[in-house]
Amino acid sequence: MKHEIVEKNVGLLAVLILVVISFGGLAEIVPLFFQKQTTEPVEGLRPLSALELEGRDIYRREGCVGCHSQMIRPFRAETERYGHYSVAGEFIYEHNFLWGSKRTGPDLARVGGRYSDDWHRAHMYNPRDVVPGSIMPAYPWLFERTLDGSDTPRKMEALRRLGVPYTDEDIENATREVRGQQEITALVAYLQQLGTVLEGTR
Amino acid sequence: MSNFWDDSLSGFWSAWIIVLTLGSIAFAFWILYANRKTDKVPDADGNVETTGHAADEIEEYDNPLPRWWFQLYVATVIFGLGYLLLYPGLGNFTGLLGWTQEGQWEQEVARAEERFTPIFAQYQEIPIPELARDAEAMQVAERIYQNNCAVCHGANARGGYGFPDLTNDDWLYGGEPEQIMTSLVRGRNGLMPSFQTLGENNIENVTQHVLSLSGLEHDTERAELGASVYASVCAACHAPDGTGNTALGAPNLTNDIWLYQAPGQSVADSVRQTLRNGRNGHMPAQEAYIGEERVHLVAAYVYSLRFRD
Repeated sequence: MKHEIVEKNVGLLAVLILVVISFGGLAEIVPLFFQKQTTEPVEGLRPLSALELEGRDIYRREGCVGCHSQMIRPFRAETERYGHYSVAGEFIYEHNFLWGSKRTGPDLARVGGRYSDDWHRAHMYNPRDVVPGSIMPAYPWLFERTLDGSDTPRKMEALRRLGVPYTDEDIENATREVRGQQEITALVAYLQQLGTVLEGTR
Repeated sequence: MSNFWDDSLSGFWSAWIIVLTLGSIAFAFWILYANRKTDKVPDADGNVETTGHAADEIEEYDNPLPRWWFQLYVATVIFGLGYLLLYPGLGNFTGLLGWTQEGQWEQEVARAEERFTPIFAQYQEIPIPELARDAEAMQVAERIYQNNCAVCHGANARGGYGFPDLTNDDWLYGGEPEQIMTSLVRGRNGLMPSFQTLGENNIENVTQHVLSLSGLEHDTERAELGASVYASVCAACHAPDGTGNTALGAPNLTNDIWLYQAPGQSVADSVRQTLRNGRNGHMPAQEAYIGEERVHLVAAYVYSLRFRD
């Protein structure tokens, strides 16, 4: 093929560029859709409850993912500190992923159960109260605002369409479970289940 | 754990990856090779061939690629093929070195275990009161404390609102070695129920009685009224004389330590709040996170705090 034909036909050039760059994705991404490791949940994985789901949305809204990753890499330095390395099967019900890419604060992939609910509340109200040198912002408004849960069933329906196994009953009870709860309660509920499906390294 | 890495692919997808990977390497190499120019030399007049592209009378030379660049390209292809031969990359082919991400982690852990296990094993043999006097062991233990416990109990172990001070001799669940071990290994769950049902009047009376137990200023009349309620409702856990019960984690009410007294809050307010809403302090079990041997060391560290100023 003559260079000129490609160089002088922008449409053809674009199509050929797309073909070339799709090779990487075809080889690295597409097979993952058919791999057990990335498509099957780990044993014991359950979808988030309505309250935890709302907590997750608060986590997203407040931009926690900007400073906290949720991805423990298989290095001893990380597994000693945070627990078992993360595996793909833990994230099957995650839409979108909150893996993050920056650790200004610690990784939170297995923070569930590590501290008490009281600690989380105190910490979120003013991090300096429990961790004197902390640079994390305070989130006092989470204690004032309550959830009304009117959107929760629709969020769960959308997730169900993406393959999260919510039952009709879950969706029916969602609003009741969430309505009137403080935002901090939902956020703590979300944090307290993070990574608990796999036990520690020992 | 190896089941998490069941990353085997079906034959089709394995072949898919191999064909795409090797195919694209071959294709890229062919493009470069097919377009190489080795026959371009200046003619007798010193002119070189141009591509024929001209803009504003500027022409483009049709020179071959610099040799060093071409050779570097060939080197990257060779490197890539070597990499694919040694490491997993081509579908289900595991690579000649047998390297896996999980294997590397296991090796790393095994190396560390080999180095640290004897040290911890040696400390494990020493009873807690004795270990607490071992300066070197306490240095190790302090690190573990700072990494795992200081978040709640504070870097200086003096605790905070709702988090017990570990440096005094007032222990919710007891300060003997076995009791500290139990707290660490199994965690603790405080269970002070809400007594809202007693009604505000009774809550106030009991509050005044509790204040009287530790000799704080109180309303004697109300305290006397509260005494009978205390005896029937509170004494079971906090003991008739208010000295508490470490078996239940019921705090001593006769000293001047108030776990839930917020900064700026009066003792009376804190007691009222406790009676109305209850308290459910929770100490997470630590063994799953740091392992038995480190728990033993941390217990000794907590025990050692009583010797310090």
